[in-house]
Amino acid sequence: MVMEMRSPDTTSAAPVLYEKRKAVFPKAVDGRFRRFKWLVMALTLGVYYLMPWLRWDRGPYAPNQAVLVDLAHRRFYMFGIEIWPQEFYFVAGLLIMAGIGLFVITSAVGRAWCGYSCPQTVWTDLFQHVDRLVDGDRNAQQRLQDAPWGPAKIARRALKWTIYLVISFWTGGAWIMYFADAPTLTVDFWTGQAAPVAYATVAVLTATTFVFGGFMREQVCIYMCPWPRIQTAMLDEKSLIVTYKDWRGEPRGSVKKQEKNPGGVGDCIDCNQCVNVCPTGYDIRGGPDIACITCALCIDACDKVMGQLGRPRGLIDYATLEDCKAEREGGTPRPISKALFHTRTLVYVGAWSAIGFALLFALGARERIDISVQKDRNPPFTIEPDGAVRNDYTVKLLNMEGRPRPMRIALEGLPGGLMWTDDISQDKAAPVLDVTAAPDQVEPVRVYVIAPANAREQQIRFVLTATDKEGGGDTSETRFDAPEDTATGGSQ
Amino acid sequence: MANRRIDEPTGVETVGHEWDGIEELNNPLPRWWVITFWITVLFALGYIVVYPAIPLLGKGTEGLWGWSSRGQLAAEMTAAEAARKPVLDKIAATPLEQIAADQQLLAQARAGGAAAFKQNCALCHGSGGKGMVGYPNLADRDWLWGGSVTDIEFSITHGIRSPGAASTRTSLMPSFGKDGILQDGQIADTSAYVLSLSGKAPSDAVAQRGAAVFAANCAACHGADGKGLRQFGAPNLADQVWLYGGTKEQVAASIARVRAGVMPAWGSKLDPVTIKMLAIYVHSLGGGEQFAAAPAAAAPAPANGNGNAKP
Repeated sequence: MVMEMRSPDTTSAAPVLYEKRKAVFPKAVDGRFRRFKWLVMALTLGVYYLMPWLRWDRGPYAPNQAVLVDLAHRRFYMFGIEIWPQEFYFVAGLLIMAGIGLFVITSAVGRAWCGYSCPQTVWTDLFQHVDRLVDGDRNAQQRLQDAPWGPAKIARRALKWTIYLVISFWTGGAWIMYFADAPTLTVDFWTGQAAPVAYATVAVLTATTFVFGGFMREQVCIYMCPWPRIQTAMLDEKSLIVTYKDWRGEPRGSVKKQEKNPGGVGDCIDCNQCVNVCPTGYDIRGGPDIACITCALCIDACDKVMGQLGRPRGLIDYATLEDCKAEREGGTPRPISKALFHTRTLVYVGAWSAIGFALLFALGARERIDISVQKDRNPPFTIEPDGAVRNDYTVKLLNMEGRPRPMRIALEGLPGGLMWTDDISQDKAAPVLDVTAAPDQVEPVRVYVIAPANAREQQIRFVLTATDKEGGGDTSETRFDAPEDTATGGSQ
Repeated sequence: MANRRIDEPTGVETVGHEWDGIEELNNPLPRWWVITFWITVLFALGYIVVYPAIPLLGKGTEGLWGWSSRGQLAAEMTAAEAARKPVLDKIAATPLEQIAADQQLLAQARAGGAAAFKQNCALCHGSGGKGMVGYPNLADRDWLWGGSVTDIEFSITHGIRSPGAASTRTSLMPSFGKDGILQDGQIADTSAYVLSLSGKAPSDAVAQRGAAVFAANCAACHGADGKGLRQFGAPNLADQVWLYGGTKEQVAASIARVRAGVMPAWGSKLDPVTIKMLAIYVHSLGGGEQFAAAPAAAAPAPANGNGNAKP
């Protein structure tokens, strides 16, 4: 596949490495791909703006926001799933799935991500609709651009940029809602109570949306984004791309020429509709290019023209290079399903779903309680007046459920060993401790362990068991220190 | 500046230098570079005026804003102290026995005590409170003068046998050997008896001879059963904790020559809040007795100034 950067003009004496932006005024168009784009836009923007406002009941000990990245408390909530920092591999897995998902899409339908759902595309599309709303369609926009600055132009521009700014602000404002309780944050934001980082984030995202969506637009895709370059390497002759079927269209000629000389000219009447509707201003008839984000609006435009002329649709169409070759040589193109499901796509889908199933399995099988024990090393042990040996431990109980849970800690491997805590007096020391683990947190408990005078240095285990009906448990191994020979007594 | 000329392809004057045919063009500096340069110059001038900058003979210029690294440290220390003040005030205002009722305050006091312990106490008692020969272990349940938090506070404030401290805890065991009160044989017998109390030596004929000596000379302070008396700081001899060593030779040496450990009265060195926090920390090491001494408990008499342990 050949993808060329637009080469700078090299004809003049001094080489100029800077290409001034050519303003793009895409014409409104209707058709099946445009309608699909509307659908994707409504879906993506709807999810982005409204998701933080969805509620999800998690009981009294956890927030009730459906999707929440709670950085302050180091929790990530997503509907019924709660991720702790040590389980971040779930998020990493999701990101890997998102990456492979892009490969799947690219392998099956080319740069569909760029054309339909990339935020840069969606917001640029939204802002171009604003342009049409305020300034009118392509020709009116062009006229206004060329017109000298006067009251009318200033008013139009001010109105348009205000709308840009409102959309941008709303975009930046929606982002921070994912990181705190949305209704509370909204009130805090407008009363000046929110964290400075909230205001800073909104300011930065408002600015980037305003600049990228309102002004830079296709330049982000052509000059800034690495993804088109990566995709160039991922596309092959089996990938669906937007293609101008030059063997059918060339040589171009008007309807009159065609009437005068039937069969002498191709189907393309050189009406330039495909270029006029292109959001990046590219002429697809020049072949595949990094500037083509495969949004397929040119297909809609061309189909409409072909329909009016009574010629078959699809002069510009989604096609693979392989099929184009076959078609040029007189063959019939394969059905689109064949192009969608070729081997490489299936391999990607396999990898993608394997990771997905592994994550789901891990999610279902993960342990929700945990015990870890830190032994006090200074002093390693204390000899009590009756000769008994005491060791002190900091036991950390992890309860990831959003409710308090009754648990039992038992001591294994220490004959005659008894335990007590700061809350239980030593008279009530017992071989097991019954504790209630607080909801949704790690709770350190200081545990004193005492063993009879003849105890030796050895490995012991703290065994945690949840005593509610859900059950589960965990074990932590540590050591019990004792003097070399307790029988003769130490000097202490 | 000899060979200045106009460079043909660019139309720019050269500066006249030439190295192996390579010439330098006299292009103007980029505008942004020049502006940045002048901004840095202005910044430097402003810096010299407001901050200490120029070293002179005695001391440098001080700058209009009066900043100094020492001043910054002092300000930060003041801020840190101000931040600690509410907690310290609360500890000062809360009676020691009631601090345990407030879990948060207790934890704060314990943390403050831990820091003060490492600075003042760890040298003798060890950083974990384990003690060493001659210096009591503070983590066990064996207390010479009492293990309630108020007992501990009293011991820290007034010290043990602290010279010149009025209310210091005091007792003195005689040097039975050095002062000729007991013969060497009697001391050996007594040692055997003492060790038999905790089962470290057999209760044989030798120990029985020592029992008589013990009853006559030692029981007044250490008790008839050898379990000690906190009023005099007399240690329990029937347990497994030996401050000066638990072999027969070590016990005999303790009887023969006086052992009288000294701890300074910290009341004159530390402020009352720090001592409170220290008492809570020591109490929390694992051997602390009931938080405050119950009124009925055998607490040492408060004015134990003359508690000489001579029988």
